[in-house]
Amino acid sequence: MSHSLEFANVVDQNKKIHPHKFTLWVGIASILMMFAGLTSAYLVKREQPGWTNFQVPLIFWYSTATILISSLTMYIALKSFRERSIIKYKRLVAVTALLGILFMVLQFFGFRQLWLSGMVLRGSGAAQFLYIIAGLHALHVLGGVIAVLTLFVRSGNARIRSYNIIPVEVVSTYWHFVDLLWIYLFIFFLWVQ
Amino acid sequence: MSNELAIHGQGETMVSHDAHHEHDLHHHKQSFITKYVFSQDHKTICKQFLITGIIWAMIGGLMSVIFRLQLGYPDSTFPWLEDILGKWAKGGKLTPEAYYALVTMHGTILVFFVLTGGLSGTFANFLIPLQIGARDMASPFLNMLSYWFFWLGSVVLLSSLFIETGPASGGWTIYPPLSALGDANLGSQAGMDFWIVGMALFVISSLLGGLNYITTILNMRTKGMSMTRLPLTIWALLFTAILGVLSFPVLLSGLILLMFDRHFGTSFFLSDIFITATQTALPNEGGSPILFQHLFWFLGHPEVYIIILPAMGLVSEVMAINARKPIFGYMAMVGSLFAITILAFLVWAHHMFVTGLNPFLGSVFVLLTLLIAVPSAIKVFNWLTTLWRGNLRFTPGMLFAIGFVSIFISGGLTGIFIGNSTLDIHLHDTYFMIAHFHLVMGVAAFFGMFCGVYHWFPKMFGRYMNNTMAYIHFWVTLAGAYLIFWPMHYEGLAGMPRRYMDYSGWSSFNKFAGLNQFITDVALIVFAVQLMFVFNFFYSIFKGRKVTTKNPWGANTLEWTTPIRPGHGNWVGEIPEVYRWAYDYGKDGKDFIPQTEPLGADEQHH
Repeated sequence: MSHSLEFANVVDQNKKIHPHKFTLWVGIASILMMFAGLTSAYLVKREQPGWTNFQVPLIFWYSTATILISSLTMYIALKSFRERSIIKYKRLVAVTALLGILFMVLQFFGFRQLWLSGMVLRGSGAAQFLYIIAGLHALHVLGGVIAVLTLFVRSGNARIRSYNIIPVEVVSTYWHFVDLLWIYLFIFFLWVQ
Repeated sequence: MSNELAIHGQGETMVSHDAHHEHDLHHHKQSFITKYVFSQDHKTICKQFLITGIIWAMIGGLMSVIFRLQLGYPDSTFPWLEDILGKWAKGGKLTPEAYYALVTMHGTILVFFVLTGGLSGTFANFLIPLQIGARDMASPFLNMLSYWFFWLGSVVLLSSLFIETGPASGGWTIYPPLSALGDANLGSQAGMDFWIVGMALFVISSLLGGLNYITTILNMRTKGMSMTRLPLTIWALLFTAILGVLSFPVLLSGLILLMFDRHFGTSFFLSDIFITATQTALPNEGGSPILFQHLFWFLGHPEVYIIILPAMGLVSEVMAINARKPIFGYMAMVGSLFAITILAFLVWAHHMFVTGLNPFLGSVFVLLTLLIAVPSAIKVFNWLTTLWRGNLRFTPGMLFAIGFVSIFISGGLTGIFIGNSTLDIHLHDTYFMIAHFHLVMGVAAFFGMFCGVYHWFPKMFGRYMNNTMAYIHFWVTLAGAYLIFWPMHYEGLAGMPRRYMDYSGWSSFNKFAGLNQFITDVALIVFAVQLMFVFNFFYSIFKGRKVTTKNPWGANTLEWTTPIRPGHGNWVGEIPEVYRWAYDYGKDGKDFIPQTEPLGADEQHH
């Protein structure tokens, strides 16, 4: 009896998206609108006099690779959580968080390199947009790192062992989102100069 | 089941239904703090939004009274003004800086903190879970955060009134370069930073709220509550939330860029500027103030629909209930809400016809703007046909609903004038514009809000508001709204410009002195009547006539199946199941058939 109910519930769950996941998707739409606003501002502004361009520092390629790899580790982490191999999951979550931090550090060095090459905030051009847009993106990554670390801390709690997959799925979706968002921004800055 | 999850936090997702049966209303032990302050109950959060909104409305309304006194009596002095405003009204006369600051803050407060936070915040929180049959929002915690960000934004904006250089004074649209240059005027200094920070907090609040509203409506409806059985209030609140979630982030990005222009020397919006006050030429070049206007109005235009759509929803619902008739053209109502939502994103540049916008681009925006007349007219037609041969009960809520339609028509028609770029170039900077938007979005949205407050007050507080005061409130406000704003159309058509504090030395327009004085007198009376409403509101919370039946209005929707004073969780026991739409009034000889009543043998699915 209780078994069949559980089964019915699982089927029901598969059909209907969990409210927290849905909230995340709407939130993603909202964040996208902010970056759409900023990148369209860039496109409009580019036509104005006094526009200056910059050479995309090599270091951003490394940070791009880092965040791509972190998406991969997050993906495997979720997979191992599904397979209930919690030790592996814990390890991969930690690696993801570290890669996220590394990404932010690399971004910072990218900014520094640009800044030292004379692209300061005083001015008018692509670099000023980059600082703001990539800076806001890094803030979103920071939010993701905090969420991933929360997952890690929770999984370390030996007394409460939770097999609830919803928070893990929510965080991993968000993580892939900030990854894709960076890819979009990176391509944008590479191409639209 | 997801409802239970949302209230009781994280849990194993794979639990069977019967584990939840012992939950009833008083599951949590609640202290005063968790019950009334950091509450996660959507009904308490609704009241927090409503009361904060009322306080804001009184502040914002008082500001308009003060600058109306200046406009109506430009030669008089009011010593009491110096008592409350100090150096901003030396000798009892407003300084120009104070006048602009008051106008700016009046706009900001009313548009965002009253008619967005106060209106959507109140009714989305209250009605969404109650009318769709959910125990609370998808995330009660985010919902609580939404209120407290609103509160924090309110505190920041309010404190800007007390700083030495005064609050922002460049208009509620904060166009650069005025807003970007601290040297430009007093209000562009610290007051502008407070404005930006306060608004950023407000945007966060509104996003957190919006995420929750959308998710809750789409995912947490009770059994049988298909989308087409939703009351129109919920449809309106859904579209409102979608507009907010997609447009507020763009304003936020504009505000961030503005902040960098203000403090870090970037040139997003600044170009080729010489400031006479300090005799300096600024190094900025290549910035585009028009770019800011695009970013601002990409939010700013949806914003006016964020204000008016909830009012439309409330009015539709209250009108059907009190006409004892189904709403006319339910699907047309939903369709027109949808059309307005789409068009809302495509017309922003009609606010910019006088900025030197490319005339060809302008003509595209004229066409799209005028298209909004179609869904608006459909809605007006449906309200009128709902009233037609209805069995009308003139409750205060109903009167305000009918008043809404009247005001919306009057204000909406002038929208067709100024939606035309050619006419707009003449009318844009005149009182005609003030008359238009105050009627169609200011007063109309307030009528929708009053309609909602009077109608749902019994559900919110278990008591009724006083009817006598409510009727006085309605008739004086309706007459007053027309007497204030109707004459402004004439002033505007005659070319009288807006944004001036004194016309007496201007021979073209000083013939309107008497009319301006009249408008001010009416505004004073109308403001006094609003204070009476506020008194009625708070008095009735404690001393109003008690509600003795669950469903005092004979309404069909689910909120009237809850106990008179519902606890957190709304329903004792199971959430009721829904079998029909919300508008079975006067059907088959029955006065009303609640949504929870199963279909009879002779009925068809709706």
